[in-house]
Amino acid sequence: MLDGAEGPARQRAMDLLVRYGSALGAERLIAVTNVAGTWSSTTPWVQADLDAPDDFDTIFSRFNLDSDDTVETPQAVVSTCQLIHGIDTRNHALQGFSREKAELQRKSEEFFGRRGVQWASTCTPYQVGNVPVKGEHLAWMESSAVVYANAVLGARTNVEGRESTGAASITGLIPDFGLHITENRLATHRVRVEATPETMMDWGLLGYAVGEMVMDDIPLLSGAIPQPRPMHLKHFGAAAASSGGVEMYHIPGVTAEASSEEEALGGRAPREERVYDAAARRRAFEHINAQASNRSVDFVMLGCPHNSIEQMWQIATLLDGRKISPDVALWVHTPRQIRTLCDDCGYTAVIERAGGHVMSDSCPAINRATPPGTNVIATDSCKQAHYLPAITGKQTWFGSLDHCIDAAMTGRWNGDL
Amino acid sequence: MAVETETVIIRGRCVVGGVAEGRAFVTTQTISGWGGINAATGTITEMRHERRGESFAGRVLVFPGAKGSSGWSHYFHMTRRLGTAPAAMLFTIMTTKIALGAVVTRVPAMTDFDRDPFEVIRDGDLVRVDADAGRVEVTRVQS
Repeated sequence: MLDGAEGPARQRAMDLLVRYGSALGAERLIAVTNVAGTWSSTTPWVQADLDAPDDFDTIFSRFNLDSDDTVETPQAVVSTCQLIHGIDTRNHALQGFSREKAELQRKSEEFFGRRGVQWASTCTPYQVGNVPVKGEHLAWMESSAVVYANAVLGARTNVEGRESTGAASITGLIPDFGLHITENRLATHRVRVEATPETMMDWGLLGYAVGEMVMDDIPLLSGAIPQPRPMHLKHFGAAAASSGGVEMYHIPGVTAEASSEEEALGGRAPREERVYDAAARRRAFEHINAQASNRSVDFVMLGCPHNSIEQMWQIATLLDGRKISPDVALWVHTPRQIRTLCDDCGYTAVIERAGGHVMSDSCPAINRATPPGTNVIATDSCKQAHYLPAITGKQTWFGSLDHCIDAAMTGRWNGDL
Repeated sequence: MAVETETVIIRGRCVVGGVAEGRAFVTTQTISGWGGINAATGTITEMRHERRGESFAGRVLVFPGAKGSSGWSHYFHMTRRLGTAPAAMLFTIMTTKIALGAVVTRVPAMTDFDRDPFEVIRDGDLVRVDADAGRVEVTRVQS
């Protein structure tokens, strides 16, 4: 492919993969069976210096292949999906995007769709049917999806980027490095969990604290940990990937590669032992909320990572027959496939009757869209609370779903531990 | 006022080839790409970062490496297109984020040094990075 025999796009892709692989010090490229990246084409930066807004070949060449010249976008050769992106075409006006932008988005979906890109349009492809099996090699972006794929599912991927997933999609290759290699997947740190996680907020705080403890090393959670649900591990991983850079973790008896502590550690002693206790839980809560002081909330953001159908049902149940404050906007984020399910189950109507909106495809951290006049945000997501203050310049409170619903009703933040 | 200069050489492994020179921008904290920098100005925006509000544009960025979202490479790629990229990158922790980010930023980059760069290089030192030769020349101006 590097010699151009399979066309100019694959030649550019191989050139990038070779530059990237040698930067890593990787010895070879390996085959992947599943790619998750972004072909998003509507942001101002991606749109800069184009002859036409729908010049998707140039966008693909520049941003998915790191190529200076424009080549024709070929078919993907492995199953490939689009992660979260900027525009919910159903709610584009609320998000502050023009009809033209939404139409450009639809056009890009058709262009790349015909070339093999599945517009799952979510940070959680594993919630909408893209569930790799243990041992599969992937090239995925999106830190919260990567940590879920590695730890919970036992598939193998590093945190890839836009350019490497673009190249992987049309070559089926990625550098053999990091978490593709068995010995690099073993636990390095043991965290004794004394403050037992019960609620979603607990799992988020545990993740946030563990991320700060181990940064991008691999923690093993030890202690009496109650059986988690998928949403708990989604929340835990997203938080740990935000505060640190956790891409892999082990919970004995729960995650894919840890039937026991011994298996997770590979028979080695952990490099470091840490304790997560009530004080560590409180510290995590204080760290996330350190940037917030104004308790007058005007925007409540739920669904980061995107909500599961179970979470949407919970929210609809909490909002049923109630009205949020007229001074507060409530946006609930979920994959477009789950929103369709919510439409059919009546959850969308319940949330809308209460004054909220069900958004798909996007989130405020990705598209920087917040309702007009937003000063203070509240969210049940550690990840969103970690990033939104830097991205939007707005104070952001983190708490439980109940705290957030209360803030939506009252316009006041009363969250605590 | 007497001005003395002191020159120190560090050797390391080439990540991205090329030669560049600039003043050092040193941070012992990792950097987030997406949600941690403003690519239009090359400024660090992460809330609790020690260099928040300062720009690395045109500087030799000396840092442990990348953290955070997989948007890292795309945002540093943007710094190249917007003219706010660092002149070179010297880092100590290899990850896919920093490797791909350095490759698409297309500035000279090095890692695996024979001396701890945080002990040798101070903020504002004049640094010449010859990644092809695996050589970093640090000139400290003392006045």
